[in-house]
Amino acid sequence: MPTSDYPVSYPIKKIVSETPSIKTFYLDSEISSSPGQFVMVWIPGFDEKPFALTKNGKEIAITAKKRGAFTEKLFSLKEGSLLGIRGPYGKGFEFKGAKKACIVAGGIGMAAVILLAEEMAKKKIKIDFVQACRCKEEVLFEKRIGKIAKLHVATDDGSCGVKGNACTVLEKLLKEKKFDCVYCCGPEPMMVSVLALCNKFKAPAQFAVERYMKCAHGICGNCSLDEHLCCKDGPVFAREQLGKSKEFGKTHYEKSGKKTVI
Amino acid sequence: MLETSFCGLKMQNPLILASGVLGVNKNNLLRAEHGGAGALTIKSISLEPREGHKNPITAVFECGMLNAVGYSNPGLKEAMKEFADLSEFSVPIIGSITAGNAEEFASLAKEFEKLSFSALELPLSCPHTPGFGLLAGQGTPEATKAITEAVRKETRKPLIVKISPSIPNIAEIAIAAEKAGADAINCGNTLGPGMIIDINSGKPVLHFKVGGVSGPAIRPIIVRCVFDLYQSVKIPIIGLGGVMNGRDAIEMLQAGASAVGVGTAIHYDGPEVFGKISKEMEAWIKAHKYKSVQELVGIAHK
Repeated sequence: MPTSDYPVSYPIKKIVSETPSIKTFYLDSEISSSPGQFVMVWIPGFDEKPFALTKNGKEIAITAKKRGAFTEKLFSLKEGSLLGIRGPYGKGFEFKGAKKACIVAGGIGMAAVILLAEEMAKKKIKIDFVQACRCKEEVLFEKRIGKIAKLHVATDDGSCGVKGNACTVLEKLLKEKKFDCVYCCGPEPMMVSVLALCNKFKAPAQFAVERYMKCAHGICGNCSLDEHLCCKDGPVFAREQLGKSKEFGKTHYEKSGKKTVI
Repeated sequence: MLETSFCGLKMQNPLILASGVLGVNKNNLLRAEHGGAGALTIKSISLEPREGHKNPITAVFECGMLNAVGYSNPGLKEAMKEFADLSEFSVPIIGSITAGNAEEFASLAKEFEKLSFSALELPLSCPHTPGFGLLAGQGTPEATKAITEAVRKETRKPLIVKISPSIPNIAEIAIAAEKAGADAINCGNTLGPGMIIDINSGKPVLHFKVGGVSGPAIRPIIVRCVFDLYQSVKIPIIGLGGVMNGRDAIEMLQAGASAVGVGTAIHYDGPEVFGKISKEMEAWIKAHKYKSVQELVGIAHK
């Protein structure tokens, strides 16, 4: 059966301020995505960007940090404003058979792993959850994680949890415990460090990688990472794949397709 | 069985990756080569870098796709670096350049002559980028002649002119290109443009509002265009538009195409679609006791 794949807009049902810089937008739409997949969010007539769903199924939501023209516009929207959605796209995290897992998130990378934690908890998987952010005020989804995982926080200024970065906490955990898999999403330099740690401890790991996303369905080629397309083959890649990558942590393609150093 | 030669390009099969699909960089192209393409066309390069239109740049509908990418590309300077070494490819790579006028086209062609592309394609037919293609008036016999002649002076590579199926008298354009020195016609670009509206917001989905239509919806129109062109020009034709499987590719050959472009099918089946189409073509050719793809070209005219 032929299917269409373009954004359909729905009213924003509810907007929740999570931290001084992060908001969650609930939409009156239904999408079922698996953790790690993404949707394209369209501000009608303005632009469209990729987001992870932070609520799934009959109530969907995206969580955004204000950091550029798109999120600035998004933050100006009110309940009742329309947002378009298409997707879900890509391959998500694999956690079949896992019993003990570690999730490592940096900054707004949290948005890509919160559903993963909740889905894994449903399967009774034990989770150590490492969240790294700038300061106490920027700790995200503390309550949701608290219910299902052991939360370890690292802040740049030490105002909450350990003073340091995600790897400070992760290294300690990897020394103490053996995980079936480490799941990671955050700024690419952070993921490069997590990858190195996982290599050192021979810990299986998966990473949700971001690239400049245009079509999101494998046509335009802008989101390439080596021979992979982030939108179709990713955005989640295994440690082994990224270990072989010539581009991960090094280069990406800008909106024009120009190869640029990260 | 599928081996063929197109404008002197030796191809393991007649399937060519269409310009604008993947092709942003060598990684993309390698992926399509590994997917089984017979030749690859890069995404068109302009003199200056271009970000293209904002998102959404594509919209998939029930029978195909709309796109208004807006010629995003890193520009000539970056392209000269990215494509400086093509030695890792084992299939022919076709360069593609786009510009607002004959003079710019010629200067791009002159630079591209330094690269080892197997051929050069001129899209004079994009329906969705102001200053380029149809929106720069390049879809007339006069403009086609002027641009093709200007580029012909700068390149010894086989020269392919990509024309628009939206033009009623498409043969006039192809004849103008042939007379001006083109070695082949690519028929063709996306059709239209078309529009899809999000009815809840009342806004067109594509940021540029309109976009070229591709995919199964346009295939019968392209087949008819190729059929007409086969009777109008002597130079070989690439049939490009809506080919999804082996049957469609054979239909394109029978209409008169010597090679078959593939683009939107990658949305449905990924870059591996080239291998899939090849297998289906081979099975059909064997079953019908033909020996080569060349025998099929233009059969519908007999």
